[in-house]
Amino acid sequence: MSDTLGAAFSLVFDPHVLLVMLAAGAFGLFVGAMPGLTATLATALLVPVTFFMDPVPALAAIVATTAMAIFAGDLPGALLRIPGTPASAAYVDDAYRLTLQGRSGLALGTGLICSVIGGLVGAAILAFAAPALAEVALAFSTFEYFWLATFGLTCAAFVSTGRPVKGFVSLLFGLFIATIGIDIMAGQPRFTLGSVELMGGVSFIPAMIGMFAVSEVLRWALGTTGGRDAALVAQPQARELVRPSLRAIGRYRTGVARGSLIGTAIGILPGAGADIAAWISYAVSKKMSKTPEKFGTGHVEGLVDSGAANNASLGGAWVPALVFGIPGDSITAIVIGILYMKGMNPGPMVMINQPELLYAVFIAFFVANLLLLPLGWLAIRSFGQMLRVPRGALMPVILILCMVGAFAINNTLFGVIIMLVLGVIAFVMEENGFPVAPAILGLVLGSMIERNFMQSMIKADGNLLAFFERPLAAAIGGVTVAIWLLVAVGAVRRWRRAAGGVTG
Amino acid sequence: MVVRTILGSCAAVVALGLLAQQAQAEYPERPIELIVPWGAGGGTDATARILGSLLEQELGVPVNVVNRTGGSGVVGHSAIATAEPDGYTLGILTVEIGMMHWAGLTDLTYEAYTPLALYNQDSAGVQVLSDSEWTTVEEFLDAVRAAEPGTYKASGTGQGGIWHLALAGMLQEAGIDPSAVPWVPSEGAAPGLQDLVAGGVDVVTCSVPEAQSLIEAGRVKSLAIMATDRNPTFPDVPTLKEAGIDWQLGAWRGIAGPAGLPDEVVSTLVPVLEKIHGSDEFRDFMNQRGFGMIFLGPEDYRAFMAESDASLGSVMQALGLAAQ
Repeated sequence: MSDTLGAAFSLVFDPHVLLVMLAAGAFGLFVGAMPGLTATLATALLVPVTFFMDPVPALAAIVATTAMAIFAGDLPGALLRIPGTPASAAYVDDAYRLTLQGRSGLALGTGLICSVIGGLVGAAILAFAAPALAEVALAFSTFEYFWLATFGLTCAAFVSTGRPVKGFVSLLFGLFIATIGIDIMAGQPRFTLGSVELMGGVSFIPAMIGMFAVSEVLRWALGTTGGRDAALVAQPQARELVRPSLRAIGRYRTGVARGSLIGTAIGILPGAGADIAAWISYAVSKKMSKTPEKFGTGHVEGLVDSGAANNASLGGAWVPALVFGIPGDSITAIVIGILYMKGMNPGPMVMINQPELLYAVFIAFFVANLLLLPLGWLAIRSFGQMLRVPRGALMPVILILCMVGAFAINNTLFGVIIMLVLGVIAFVMEENGFPVAPAILGLVLGSMIERNFMQSMIKADGNLLAFFERPLAAAIGGVTVAIWLLVAVGAVRRWRRAAGGVTG
Repeated sequence: MVVRTILGSCAAVVALGLLAQQAQAEYPERPIELIVPWGAGGGTDATARILGSLLEQELGVPVNVVNRTGGSGVVGHSAIATAEPDGYTLGILTVEIGMMHWAGLTDLTYEAYTPLALYNQDSAGVQVLSDSEWTTVEEFLDAVRAAEPGTYKASGTGQGGIWHLALAGMLQEAGIDPSAVPWVPSEGAAPGLQDLVAGGVDVVTCSVPEAQSLIEAGRVKSLAIMATDRNPTFPDVPTLKEAGIDWQLGAWRGIAGPAGLPDEVVSTLVPVLEKIHGSDEFRDFMNQRGFGMIFLGPEDYRAFMAESDASLGSVMQALGLAAQ
């Protein structure tokens, strides 16, 4: 055991490996900070490079790249309201509002430190509990996934700010967008208007960039920002980065723990990754908060939870990938290919055959997350310079970056069109008090709910009770239904009290 | 990718400028785009990326792998077919090109392409839980015959996808109504296998390599393979033919360009592809992933696709999965 661990340490603490991790980290920061370029894409781009590397540097490069990319998505998210990766979308409003209040240092510092903590927790769980947890993940069938996605959607009720009815309309809009394209159940095109491009559905990333960033550019161009510009010159301050961030994390330390654990759990489940982890943590944080009304207005509490969650999910996703060769998210789907290529075929045998390589991967996770601290700090300082650029020059550049990002997803102009159309829709929505976050959540979860519902119904021959027959499904379903009832009862009570107030 | 695309575009502009001066320049003189109709991280993507990097070494120009996903493969296959036939846009064709026009999703067929090389073929297998009471495919089929239709469920890909055809064809060949084992559409083999292990479905008819890690983990076993010969990587798995069922089906992958590629391009690429196919790097990669290797040049590849198209069409019509 100690021999293996020693061998693993010497594999990672090799100047070559550390140099590779440093370079991969810088690459990850760049890709993550570019709107539209995701951690998954960064991993795919690394694949040809890893052909020519030994297993440990190859895997360490991926671990470092993804850890940095998920954090770096916060940079344009907080400073420009463009989430760099989908994983930063859940809390982009809070982070951006903090920037508008001149507190970008707090937003990014908190994000960075929570990312590091979350990443370390995810790595620790991966290293110590992978086999047992992978068993649990394998017990999830479509019934459980249906309830999980429904639970996530229920969160939309919590993530939206303002009037619930408007949040609900926004959610329905997101769900509608998710139905466009070829329906995988029947293989029939829906709402495609005869367009081959639309058969592929509305890609999530151009949609997200459009709804957050393009609407923001439009708002600036039409001058409806209402004096927000003045606040924007405030760059992230070095002193704000550390102390206030640490204080905020200290205050919401349960949130850090909660976010890290939820993030790891969501990561372990195949088919749900960092973005869903961030959304669910944000919603849980709001639900548990003493001051839920502050969420969405530049409140740091949600950032703590979901900032930790999205990085924690990265380690979690490796659990089923290593133990069963079943990817925990889209990044590990690529990693599995690399594992095979390096002769580390996923499965229980890898722990017996090549323990030193496996331990080396675990150690790389810890090193990468610790490396995130200095690299992330540098990234915040340098990215912050962008705020010095006059808006008139910055906004067109942002628009171009968004277009590049939307284009890059599928290398088609169609992505840019989706981005622009949804950007205009989102602008109109927000001007009329409809929040965009529920629409994004509907888009993320819509197909997951529909698919798992249909699959479950086929399996159960149309028997709805089957959704409660499996113990695990019954448990998650029970919690979800209980939340609905609580919300309904609360609404009735409020309505009664209001009615009582009028008559009395 | 963006950087490479931008560099690629710059290179293209420069190349266009040069073209005016030296029209006789030899192919390839600028970056090549390799379109993959399926997502990053999947099997097709993995083979395309190694092919791309080996092509890059051989040809001396960048080869950019681009995922054009969606629409059950229609989007990416269309993009390859409608590209400029100048040799600078190539793509990976998959078995679905012989299926989607039968399903009424598109008018595209294999005739819209200039075939270059077929490099992979994987046969379907019959996978069940390793602690299942069935030890042979006959036992499974007997159980289906004995049970109420709809008792057992299968999964492994989308509705009407290749592994769905594999199951339905096998049942039909064995004299069982294909609808006796309803298909639960999934987004591919991995989610289907996950559902098998979670107890959601009873059988998954994906290719054996796709189930490799779960087979090695002792969670899943393969009862039979739908090929004429046993797979050397899995010598213990018998063929369906050994069980008296004459039914073979597999997925394949090949590289092609749009119809009307210049002869110069074809004669440059085919020997290079053949060399790559024989290289240790490519062989090791394919063996590691358990991907079946096969090599067919342009003429054989075209004939192969024509045959594949016809046989898939007749199965889909027999099963009522074809349009009309």
